[in-house]
Formats: sequence, structure tokens, C-alpha cells
Amino acid sequence: MIKVTIDDIEIEVAEGTTIMNAARMIGGDIVPPAMCYYSSLPGTGGKCRTCLVEIAAGSTKDPRPMPKLMVSCSTTVQDGMIVKNRTSEKVIENRAAVVEFLLINHPLDCPVCDQAGECDLQDLGFSHGKEGSRYEEEKRTFEPIDIGENIKLHMNRCILCYRCVHVANELTDQRVHGALHRGDHTEISTYIEKAVDNEFSGNMIDVCPVGALTDKSSRFKSRIWFLNPMNASCECKKCSGKAVVWMFGKQVYRVSVRQDKYGEVEVEDGKPNWICNECRFDKKDVSNWNIEGPRHIDRHSVISQGHYEKPNPLKNATKNIE
Amino acid sequence: MGRKLLLEHIDVSGIETYDVYRNHGGYKSVEKALKTMSAQEVVEEVQKSALRGRGGAGFPTGMKWSFLAKPEGVPRYLVCNADESEPGTFKDRFLMEKLPHLMVEGMITSSYALGANTAYIYIRGEYMFVLDILEKAIAEAYAKGWLGKNILGSGYDLDLHVAPGGGAYICGEETALLESLEGKRGNPRMKPPFPAVKGLYGCPTVVNNVESICAVVPIINIGADEYLKIGTEKSSGTKLISACGNIARPGVYEIELGLSVEDFIYGDEWCRGIANGKKLKALIPGGSSVPILPAHLITSTAAGERRYMSYESLSDGGFASGSMLGSGGFIVFDEDQCIVRNTWNFARFYAHESCGQCSPCREGTSWMEKVLHRLETGKGNMRDIDLLAEINKKIEGNTICPLGDAAAWPVAAAIRHFREEFEWHVTHPNDAITRNYGMLKTPSITL
Repeated sequence: MIKVTIDDIEIEVAEGTTIMNAARMIGGDIVPPAMCYYSSLPGTGGKCRTCLVEIAAGSTKDPRPMPKLMVSCSTTVQDGMIVKNRTSEKVIENRAAVVEFLLINHPLDCPVCDQAGECDLQDLGFSHGKEGSRYEEEKRTFEPIDIGENIKLHMNRCILCYRCVHVANELTDQRVHGALHRGDHTEISTYIEKAVDNEFSGNMIDVCPVGALTDKSSRFKSRIWFLNPMNASCECKKCSGKAVVWMFGKQVYRVSVRQDKYGEVEVEDGKPNWICNECRFDKKDVSNWNIEGPRHIDRHSVISQGHYEKPNPLKNATKNIE
Repeated sequence: MGRKLLLEHIDVSGIETYDVYRNHGGYKSVEKALKTMSAQEVVEEVQKSALRGRGGAGFPTGMKWSFLAKPEGVPRYLVCNADESEPGTFKDRFLMEKLPHLMVEGMITSSYALGANTAYIYIRGEYMFVLDILEKAIAEAYAKGWLGKNILGSGYDLDLHVAPGGGAYICGEETALLESLEGKRGNPRMKPPFPAVKGLYGCPTVVNNVESICAVVPIINIGADEYLKIGTEKSSGTKLISACGNIARPGVYEIELGLSVEDFIYGDEWCRGIANGKKLKALIPGGSSVPILPAHLITSTAAGERRYMSYESLSDGGFASGSMLGSGGFIVFDEDQCIVRNTWNFARFYAHESCGQCSPCREGTSWMEKVLHRLETGKGNMRDIDLLAEINKKIEGNTICPLGDAAAWPVAAAIRHFREEFEWHVTHPNDAITRNYGMLKTPSITL
């Protein structure tokens, strides 16, 4: 076990842990934001540069500070490392710059985007961005395309986190989509239209931090905050069958994976609970599902507002004591 | 006349063929290394010679070699980075085209030192004709027993392959090069792990520039002690400089490091001064990625000392008043050249060549390009100049690979040294559109 200090909080972690995971062990506000890193997908991380942190001391052996900001998702901790996240002005400033970079080609069409309300980029812009942009030029644009029977790709909204590429690597034998071109013309696409038809392809929608990949069976049906998320399960031979159904009255509008507070799929016994396309796109009747109860959505954004939850007796008890 | 080590026999006709090359002392370093030296001794010799990487960063080659992990039962690779795509740099092409056997010889000696049984030359996609020349040389080397199984009866085997790239600048970055060589999209990898530990196909790999590998040949032939006598204390040996721009005699020159910049530009042996009797305005000493120097900082440093062609002298004063030797792409500007236009041209190159993986570089380089285009065409305002300085500060150091830095440095330096020229473009928008700085008559841009 080695000791690392993040924003003046000391924690002991196993060797080989990344700064990001050490921060997540502490939890709360000191966790750096992540747009591309996804713990269940090996190989992700390092691309969006939003999780940059300052390293004030490299290790006990070599306590020199690192000259550059480091990405916390891929940098492993050393014994005696001192990391500055929110306490470093340099970090806040550079993170604001990354937000600005991510937004210069983003259409900001949140009013018509299905991801609005559960969008990582909205949250990031709110927590780390500056108001306004200095970008005066024309944005690069693409036409929305169908990359599979069930998935719509709005390349304009994409921030090129490559998570969908990694999820396809992880869950399918042969990936049929990827990045084409380079520079700011890079686009996620398939060579052949509608080529994505793997039975786990729907998980691309859930790993997408923005509204670039959306579910064609539920798009434009309802704003996310009008729906009630419910933990539900079903008997499925292909997948775990553990999902969240998003309901309005008795109607199922949308099915997604169960996500934790970092927007990542829940992991049970070391296995991520990905769901198959049949559960996601076809089981749109409440009778398909065994509803377990309301789902707690642990996010800062509007989506967590106005939902009823299971009463927490402990919470009230402490209130009464006070 | 300075001593020549790499281009010693460049004028001999037919030097690109095996027989002529062999008659002029070719493959002697392989004989010496394989017959009289252990692999470790070759590495130590190169380490002792203080040879610095000739690709641009100037990292000591011997030290890079000594970092190579040597786990049991895992193959090691040597990869030659011949993806020379930096604007202003054309020395590697010259070497490979004229002296293909020197390249092959360097690869054999270096591979032997590293214990690599397979080596690759990753060549830029636009250099297909050079690829043919190299393959011919490799076939000759195989036929004469310099490659293949049991070379010179020493029991050492080596296979050498040439692989062409697809024409992307980013594949000159060592980890992107390895990705490309594996047949993937040329995106740089996260470091660590470094290629010396986990490189090509997950095995320990050394990636070296063409000139670094060729320089191993004279080091082994004449010995490190003799090599150290050439050049300066911190920059040993000779370096190829590809001089271009507004000089009377552009070309590839081999110089002893430590030659003064003034001699190099005005000397009869080298560039022979500025073309058409014009005045010197600016210099980029090491390829498009390094900071530009204004006239008063070219021949002398900010402290008033003479400036020399060496790693330490060119970087004297840091980025505030210095630059870098880089890859040796020596670009000279005369008084008629427009710095804003040139900076825009470079920015356009980097925006086009950014791989699109990490956000500061992907978005930042094309943003800079657009702002510079606006300034160059007289549509900019004073705020844009500060904006540019601000953007490049936010790209620099925040990216996965050095392309972000390489895109940011020239813009930062141009603003630092030629701010008044940027301001002139803002205050004289009509002149900015119509003036013609000795370049193409109609700018290839939509106004």
C-alpha cells in the first residue's frame, strides 16, 4: 500500500492505482471530471484532457514537482505523491480551456438534444467552464447518420472520446465503426451505412458522454427529466437482464444500463452489467420487466430533481436528533 | 572545410550500388562490431560518443539504447524512423536516396548492439521512390550475406524490412509510428509505458531517426574518442543541415557542430548568403516546429555572444530569445517575407496533421489556423493576437504527444518577436490583402 495526498486529503491505495481511481476512493468534489475515461473499458482515457491535475511532488524518493499537468486517469500514483486538483489554479484554468476547446465545434443544441439533462458535457461546462466563448469562426458540421438499425449518430455533437470504439472492441468480435480522417475533421463513422448490428451495440449509446449516439426507439419522445427511472430486471439469456427502465405512467420510454455516480455501467462481481439490444430496444412493455423500485440517480444535473425515492430512515433519524 | 563523416563519399559515382560502397570502406563497422565487439560494447561506444538523436528532440541515442528492457524470451525490435515530414527538413531523404547502403549498414550495427533480430525502416509514404532504392540495397545486402541468418559467421541473425507509411506527419511520432507499423490508425499512445519497455507488438523497441542510425557507422569505425573530438563539448559529431529559403545555395550540408551560424549562412562552402542581395529577416533553425528567430538574435545570442550551430548555443536564452537545433531544417527568410503568412502556413499544416485524438490539439490547432487566416487576410483585430497567444499556451504541454507543442511554439515565437507585423495586418487591412511578399501572386485562399 502506498500513500498519496490529493487536495490535502491523504489516502492509502494499492500500487498501480491511477490518480483518478485514488480520488474516486476519497469521493466527493475532489474527483476530477472524466469525459473519455471509462473504468470498465480497458484502453480508454487520456484523450479528453479534462482530468488534468497538477503534481506538486512526484514521490517521496523524488519530490520534484512535474513540469506539465498530468492526466489523472492514466497516471499511476507513487508513494508520497502530492496531487493538486481543485486547489490548483493552473488546473482550473487549463480545464476551463479544455472545456472551451470541446465546445468550439459542439453545436450546443441542448434544447433539441435527447442527452440534455444527463449529458456529461453539460455538467462539465457548468462546473468547469467559463461563460461565453471566444470562438467566432464557423463550426465544422456533419449530417446526422444512421450507423445501425437502432442508433443515430450526430457527429456534430461528438467530442471524440473514443468510448464507443472501445466498447465495440470489448463487446463485439469485430468492430465495424471507428474514426475516419484526422484533426478536427475526424469523425466516428462506418464505411457502410447501418453496418452496426451487433446484439450488444446499444451499449454504445450509454457510454457516449454526449448526445452523439442516441437511441432511435426513444429519441424525441420525452425529456429525460419527465421520466421516472426504475430499477428493473428481466430473464435474458444473452445479458444480465439488469437495467433501468425510464417510465412515464405505465409506459416504458427507454431502457438503459444501470449507471453509477460517474456515469459508468455498474459492475457486479467484476462483470459490468451491459444489456443486449433485445432488452434495450424491444422490451418496451412494462410486462416484460420485473420492476424493483425507483432508481437513485446520483448526478448534479436537473435529472435528479423531482424524483421520488425510497425513504431513507437513517437520514430522517439524524434530522430528528438535531 | 569541415570534416565529413556521413557524406564522405557522396560524390563518388555509383556509391548507391553495393560494390562501389564496399570499395569505399562500406560495411566495415559491421565487420568490426560483429567480429571484435560484444553488443554491450557497441552500446557503450555509442553512449561514450555522446551522440544526440538527430530527429529533433536531441535525446542522447546511447542513453535511449541503455533504457531498452531485455526480458528473457521476448523479441526486441529496432525501428528506424524515416517518416521525415517536417516542413523544411529533407536530410533523411537525401541520405537514404544517395547512400542506401549506409542506412542498411547502420541498421545492422545498431540492431546487433540492441540484440534485435528483426528491424524495420518505417518510411514516409511520399518517399516511394526511396523505398525502391532501399529495397534494392537490402536485396544486395542479403545476397552478400550482410543480412539473414548467421551474419559473418557470428551466429547473429537479422531480418530488415521497409514499411511505407500512409503519408501522415503524426506517424513520425514514435508511438504513432509503432501503431501505424502494426497496421492500426496512427494515433500516439499514452506514455508511460515507453517503447523501450512496451513498443512494437508489446515488445521492447528502440525507435531512432535515420541520421542517428547512420551516425553509428562512423562512431564504430573511428571510435568514440575520435568522434568526440568533432563538434563541441555538448554537441558531438557532425550534423546534416537541410538549408532552404532565401539563400543563394540551398541544399543538404554536413557540418561539424559548433560552426557559427554566420559562417553557415554567409560562408562560401555553405549557403553563400541571402539570395538577390536582400537582407536577412528571420531564421527557423530546426524545422517548422521550433521557434523563429528575428535578425538580431541569429548571429549572436541575447547576451551578445556568437551563435553557433549546436544544440546548446541555438537554445541559449530559452524560448524567450533562443530556439532549437531540432531536425536541422534550416529555413531562412529575407526582408520581403511575411511572418504572419508564414505562421499561418505552418498553423495550417499542423491543423491538417493533428491526429484528432486529444482535444487541445484537435480543436486548438484548427482554431489557431482560422484566427491566423483571418489576420493574414486583413479581417482580424487586435484581440485576435492576444487570443492566439492565449490558445497556444493552453495547447502547449496539455497534449498526449509533442505535436501540440510543435504547433504552439512557432505561433508563440512569431508573436513574441514580430508582434508589430501582426498589428500591421490589423491596422492596414487593405494592404494585408493586396500586398505580395514575393510569394505566389494570387493567394490560394478565398478572400
